[in-house]
Parts: sequence; structure tokens; C-alpha cells
Amino acid sequence: MKISAFHLMPYRELPADFEQRYESVWVTPPWWELADARRVGQYYNWTLDELTYAAKCGFDGVCTNEHHQNAYGFMPSPNLMGSVLARATNGMDVAIVQMGATLPTSNPPLRVAEEYAMLDCISGGRLVAGLPLGSPMDVNLCYGITPMEHRERYREAVALTLKAWQAREIFSWNGRYFQLATVNLWPRPIQQPHPPVWIPGSGSISTFDFAVEHDVCYCFLSYSGARSAKTMMDGYWRVVAEKGRDANPYRAGFLQLVVVAENDARAEEKYARHVEYFYHKCLHVPAMWFSPPGNQDYRSLVATMSNPVRRAENPKNLRYRDFVEKGFVIAGSPATVRDRLKEEVIKSLRVGNLMVLLQIGSMPHELALENIELFGREVLPGLRGIWDDEGWVNHWWPERLRQRAVPMPAGVAAGGT
Amino acid sequence: MSVRVEAPAAAGTEERIITVWQGRVRMRVVSKGRGPALVFFHGPWGLTWDPFLDQLAESFTVYAPDHPGTTPEAHDDVYHLDGLWDLVLCYDELLETLGIRNAAFVGHSFGGMVACEVAASYPDRVRRLAMIAPLGFWRDPDRIVNWMMLEPGALRAHIFRDPDGDAARRMFPRSDAQDAAATAARVRLMWAMGTTGKFIWPIPDKGLKKRIHRVKAPTLLVWGREDRLVPAVYADEFTRRIPGARVQMIDGAGHAPHLEQTTPVVGVLRDFLAQ
Repeated sequence: MKISAFHLMPYRELPADFEQRYESVWVTPPWWELADARRVGQYYNWTLDELTYAAKCGFDGVCTNEHHQNAYGFMPSPNLMGSVLARATNGMDVAIVQMGATLPTSNPPLRVAEEYAMLDCISGGRLVAGLPLGSPMDVNLCYGITPMEHRERYREAVALTLKAWQAREIFSWNGRYFQLATVNLWPRPIQQPHPPVWIPGSGSISTFDFAVEHDVCYCFLSYSGARSAKTMMDGYWRVVAEKGRDANPYRAGFLQLVVVAENDARAEEKYARHVEYFYHKCLHVPAMWFSPPGNQDYRSLVATMSNPVRRAENPKNLRYRDFVEKGFVIAGSPATVRDRLKEEVIKSLRVGNLMVLLQIGSMPHELALENIELFGREVLPGLRGIWDDEGWVNHWWPERLRQRAVPMPAGVAAGGT
Repeated sequence: MSVRVEAPAAAGTEERIITVWQGRVRMRVVSKGRGPALVFFHGPWGLTWDPFLDQLAESFTVYAPDHPGTTPEAHDDVYHLDGLWDLVLCYDELLETLGIRNAAFVGHSFGGMVACEVAASYPDRVRRLAMIAPLGFWRDPDRIVNWMMLEPGALRAHIFRDPDGDAARRMFPRSDAQDAAATAARVRLMWAMGTTGKFIWPIPDKGLKKRIHRVKAPTLLVWGREDRLVPAVYADEFTRRIPGARVQMIDGAGHAPHLEQTTPVVGVLRDFLAQ
């Protein structure tokens, strides 16, 4: 197993009546009414400290991601954060998992190829290159990309990125959305032929196909826990089999919210309000915004409209105990958390690359550190060996970090501390 | 996936599929009537043969093309077009194939903008130009709500003066209906918004202000007095750029005056287009 600490960098102090007073946490929350730049500076530093602490606590990787114009998670440039983390973790066997910079919002997308190559160089070859499509809120609403062109731009940008990393000769790219006469990337990544690629998704069939065709790791980023992801992930594994790929569990990633305490009751006391803050405020977005007209292709649109999956339960009607009971959040003592993660998530979904969100909603810095420390000390060691007996190789992890015991190559991390 | 999502054909209409763009884009044209040619460019919610077109067909030969991608069984054809210039050329090819050298143009909302773009690109193709609440301009103080991001209930309330009226009920299925017809109607609406949105996202100003001076045809603007989507102040943008253009306001109507006040709007158009 590889287990990484994920961070959204949410605004931690939204008003109690936020979801009644404002239309959305995304796109339109008014900065001047809600936020304070000095406070936000503190959040960014806390976020970096929390992820660096996770690295010290034995996590295999640290994850950042890109979102825009929101209070739910606002690292508009995850590579700025990743760069600090790469530097701060030099000398440690920790992957820099960028989940990541969104290609359709970068013009030309070569910028992402360059920055990822920089991160791979700075980190000594520890980059995991997440290539997300980006949410409609970010890409269509905030960055003005036409919904109908979103996926086409993404696919062209992925092809360009992979070629730019690997091409031995200077090449020209005469694409539909991007035209570049002289592509000659400086720098190139250390990892050859290119850093491992993860593609995050939220269950769309076309993303499954794309991930399997490209032989990359598909990561289901869900806030609804493993039980509601089961059908989706079974579908993913079916596609993997149909396309003749092996059942290597490291082909799959999953994001899970986790809170750990001395015992189950203490977990509720410590974390309940932060979990509710996350589901009630941080996910407060009008449903239409997740799927603007044209974003889904016609085939998917007909499928969605014809079989409306019973609308996922409105999380605003749920409380902490519901979230825990349904597995949206895995909470409790180290033993409870370990057992549930092992059975409900890792085994049931067949996941080799687990990401855990440990700073949740309004959770303050000190409490986040506690959660990270306890998970690292009491939970993580019991999960790490889960797939070992099956003998799979995690091709989607930086090669030099696949066996943690291997010492650092001399020189790579020079000056890194 | 066998849901049929075509709009039902209306009595007395003829349908043809015209293929343009090197055979890659199929566009259905629904036609009916007698008299001088009239081309109707539909809005962001797709083409429905409705009483408005039926009444126009009493005085004109109405040709109503589907916007690319909204033609049944040709949904993906829209991906062959990259922008407005491609779209305008498609319409030129369509009119050429139909043998229409010169016609009255009527367009609603997005279709009004397209009619105006075609009229600016090919001024001789247009005999008279009537636009119903057209898009095409942007004023910061009068921002146009992005209808593509509205929940169905809010969308109805932005298009229609009376969101519970007959016109609104004809366009939107009941919110609780789950039958095949309701599903088909929802798919049709979403896809029509997506395929038209491709050409105007995220702001429906794609440079008409640079080209509109080329319009030669006598021009009429028709606007619902209670348009909550494209406020009537936008009429000024057209009238100050097209010499002699005039505005006809329609009482008791929102963004679709031809659907909410059909008979008065048909009367106004007939008078203008017959001249």
C-alpha cells in the first residue's frame, strides 16, 4: 500500500450561517465579506506545515490540488505548494503527489509539463503527476472554458504533455486547441520515460476508458465513502479487465476522509463539528454547476437523464453520526479506523494508492496535527503491507520510493534541509 | 439507450436533412407555408414547431433549420465546428443548398445573434431582418444571467414572464415527471443549450460590434417588456449601429415574446416583413 496525506486548504472560519446566507462556496463567495488575506496566509503556512508533518510521520506521499474562486479548497496553483513541499521533504522517502495542476486551465498546457518537470528535478525524482480534468466550476465557470470543449482540450493537452516530456527531438504541435511551432521542454523530468501519471475522476465512464487506455492510475476522489463508490469502482475494474489490463490494485486510488482519536467517543467530541462544517459549508454548491450543458457528451447525457441515480442524499440533512455510519468519514479509535479502511475501502474497492484527508473543514491546526500523528503512528503501519502477499509492483509510484527501505541516492537531496 | 429525443413533427410540415461542411454536419430543416421565403433561427432551447411558426407559415414559406448538433441522430456533428465563423459558413452553405438567394430572417435570442452575424457576413442574403430579444452584446452594468447555470425552475422564471403559463409548460416538462417524454424533453433542452453555448460561452459577445455595420437589410427588433434574461436596454446596441432599425416592445412577455404573446408578435412581424 501507498498512503498519502491529502489537503484541500479550506477556509476554516466561515460564519455559522454561511450556507443560508450565500449562494455557493464556489465561484461566487464574496472575498471581502468572508475572508482576510493575513489569515489566509496563516492557512497556507498551516497547510504546508501539516503536510510536512505528515511526511515526517511516515506517510508515503503528500497531495495538493487545484481549485479556483472558492472557500472549499483554494490552492489556485498547487505547484507553488508542491514546490515548497518538494524542498522541505528532500531527504525523506516521500512522494510529491500533485493531484494536481489542471491542464485545461493552463494555456499553453505546456506550463504544467514544465512545472511538473521542475518539481521532479527539485524533489530528486519523487513526483507523481496527477493530470485532472478539473471541475466544471473551476474550468467552465471560473476560467471561461466552453463546457463542450472541456474534455477535448484536456485530451489534447494530455497528449501534448506526455510527448513534451519524452520527445528526443524538437517537435511542432499543430493541434486543434494548441499550436506550438517549437516544443523543446526545459527541464525534463528525472523519472524516465516520465513521472507516474494519476488521473483523478468522479466516476465518469469516459474517464475510466481514458485512464485504462493510457495505462495510468485512476483515482476516485469521493466524499461519500467507499460504500457509495463500490458500484463505480466495480465498473472501473470491469473496464480494466475488458481492456486486457491486469488487476494490479495500484491501478486504483481512492480518497477517504479520516479522523482518529483515543477511542470512538473521543473522536466524536473532537471532530464532529469539523466534519459537519465540511459537508454543510464546504460542499455548498448548486447542483447544476457540476454539469453545465455540453460538459457531458450526448451519450452520457442521455444515460444520466434516463437513469437518474437516486439523487445522492443531501449531506445538509446528515449529522456527524450519519457521516460515520455511512462511511463518508471513517472515524474512531485507531483499531476501528484501521479495520474499516482495510475492509471497506482497500479490500472492497481494490485500492493500492490510498489518499486520506485528515485536515477537514474547520479543523484547527493543532487538532489536524494530532489527527495526522495518530494516523501515522497507530493506523498506517497496520495497512502498509496489505497487498504485499500478492506481489504486485506499483508502477504508478516513483521508482526510487517503491521500496521504502532503499536509501536515498547520494547527492540528490543535497542542500535539501 | 434507446430514448427517442426528437421533437414530434407538426402537422403539415416538411422535413429535410441538409448536409454541409464537407459532409460532416447534418442540419434538419423544417418547412411549411406559402409565400416569400422566411428563415427562422431558433434560440438556445432548440427548435419546436409551435403556433408561432404555424401562424407565420400562413403568410410565408418558413424554413426553420436546427442548430448543428440539435438535429436528431446527428448530435455529435457540432464537434466539427470550432467557432462562430464556421457556424456562419455552415448557414451560408445551407441556404445555398436550399436555393434561397434572398430571404426574410427571423431569429430568437441566440438565433437572433446568428441571423445578425449571417446578415453581416452575407448582406445580400437578407431581405429584411427581424430579431426577437437577440444576444450579441455585453454591457457590464446590465450583465446577462448565464441561463445555462440556472436550475430548471429559475430558468423558466428567466425566460418567461409567467413561468407557470402555457408557453412555459410547453417548453419544460413537469419537474416531477419521469416518463420517457419528459426525459427526452430534458435531454433536448440540455443538449440544445450545450450546442448553442459552444458558440457564446462564457459571455455572449463574440465581436458582432465589429461586423454589424455591414448589415444592409431593414431591421426590426422585438423585445418583451419584462425580459429578465436579456434586458430590453440591449435593443439600443442594435439600433445605434443599424441605420433605421426600430424597436417594437411587447407587453406581457419576457424573453420569449413570440411564445407568450404569439398573435401580437406575428402581427408585428407580418407587417414588417411583408413590406
